Amino acid sequence: MSLELLTILINALKVVVVISLVLVTVMILTLMERKISGWIQNRYGPNRVGWGGILQPVADGVKFFTKEDVIPGHVDRFLYFMAPAIALVPALMTFAIVPFGDQMNFFLFGHEITLQFQLVDLNVGILYFVSIASLGVYGLIVGGFGSNNKYSMLGGLRSSAQMISYEIPMGLAIIAVVMLSGSLRLNDVVMEQAGLWNVVRQPLGFIIFVVAAFAETNRLPFDLPEAEQELVGGYHTEYSSMKFSSFMIAEYSNLITSSALITTLYFGGWQVPGLELLSLPIWLEQVLQILAFLVKTAFFIFLYMWVRWTFPRFRYDQLMNLGWKSMLPLALLNIVLTGAWIAYF
Amino acid sequence: MIKVKKLTPPKMSWSERIYIPNVLKGLGITVRHIPTKKFTIQYPEEKWIPRPGYRGAHRLNKDGEGRIKCVACEMCSAACPSNCIHIVGGVSPWDDREKYPVVFEIDMLRCIYCGMCEEACPREAIELTQVYDFAAYSREDLVWDKEKLLEMFELTKNNDYYETRVQKAVKTSDVNPNG
Repeated sequence: MSLELLTILINALKVVVVISLVLVTVMILTLMERKISGWIQNRYGPNRVGWGGILQPVADGVKFFTKEDVIPGHVDRFLYFMAPAIALVPALMTFAIVPFGDQMNFFLFGHEITLQFQLVDLNVGILYFVSIASLGVYGLIVGGFGSNNKYSMLGGLRSSAQMISYEIPMGLAIIAVVMLSGSLRLNDVVMEQAGLWNVVRQPLGFIIFVVAAFAETNRLPFDLPEAEQELVGGYHTEYSSMKFSSFMIAEYSNLITSSALITTLYFGGWQVPGLELLSLPIWLEQVLQILAFLVKTAFFIFLYMWVRWTFPRFRYDQLMNLGWKSMLPLALLNIVLTGAWIAYF
Repeated sequence: MIKVKKLTPPKMSWSERIYIPNVLKGLGITVRHIPTKKFTIQYPEEKWIPRPGYRGAHRLNKDGEGRIKCVACEMCSAACPSNCIHIVGGVSPWDDREKYPVVFEIDMLRCIYCGMCEEACPREAIELTQVYDFAAYSREDLVWDKEKLLEMFELTKNNDYYETRVQKAVKTSDVNPNG
């Protein structure tokens, strides 16, 4: 087998494995969210389907696929059909640049192959994330607009305003990280954190990034586009069955990707401090690193849910005040401080 | 002239204004709830035992010889605000009373479980029990006749209806220490 063919095959396999892993994780997260909400409210959460409720996502999936797909008469059919896809595709695309392990060399059919534990090693990885993640908002706007419903429209509008306000502090927080690593490639960012994680060097940037990531994924306390209590579901009010489920999958994929990015940018990615001192065999080290990445990401996913069941939703003016009057100056200050740090040390 | 009292919100301290310490405090409160005792009663397996005085399904009491206590005086059906008790009296087969109910029906769907029948009864023949889970598939099944009501007496006479029938019967005091 030629090297090119082998590389193509390995990459295709990687895409299939990673995308299905993300989708399976989404299924697990729907259960996890309900379980955690239950525990925090002194309940059990779903515990009837399967062993302790672990088959609940399967039951939900069957329900979504067999439910009637209501298409209200007053919607703009083209936009209405497009919106779930527009929301879902960028959500699945962003995970491509997340490195979840060190690269690995091995021999297969007489060729030396370098396996990257990352779908694409883009040299502008972070820019790719920022640009694709902001495309996700079109799904919400188009969904809200195409639904031809006042509340959905409001949800879509809110989501666009929110996205614009929080993209800027997020980008500025990322700039400070990039200043330290000197590269937009996420692998370099991870490698650069081998000594000290960025959360220690960039505590302010970390807080800004996390808050902005919450707003970007439309999770509480920034879930204004959805806002069940005031907008009866917001942008997805008119959606049912699998279309609604697509929006949910998009939301949870975004959640996974932003948790993975918080890990990558601020918590050393797959790095485990002091692992090289143990002088373990190389394959074991790799497995431990991937596990470390998964554990860190899982913690941030848990943080998302934990925060959701702790804080009430921001009012809209509070959200805008926080974004423009606090986060933006702080993010600029963070860049100045980082620049001073780089200049003097 | 209405006097207006102007209230100024308390001034926030520096640590309150940057939010982060209080955010962490809030997260601490919710995470401490995760390992605590769950209040849920797992219904079909576990059932809640009502407090004494709970007004659930009716029963018709029997006397020491196993005869129905009711003398078909119809005080209960007269007292009933929802007209759910239907009695047809007949000549009693026993010497110590003149009448007994030939038909005694209660429409459990019409009943409002007010307990007026229990209060009106001169012979302590009709009583409300603690039983609350007696759903059925049709309206006809929920019109309880004399046999059913006498059977309820047998089931509840030891006051342990839930204790003997469920894997785990939950007392109110187990769930809510203040209740």
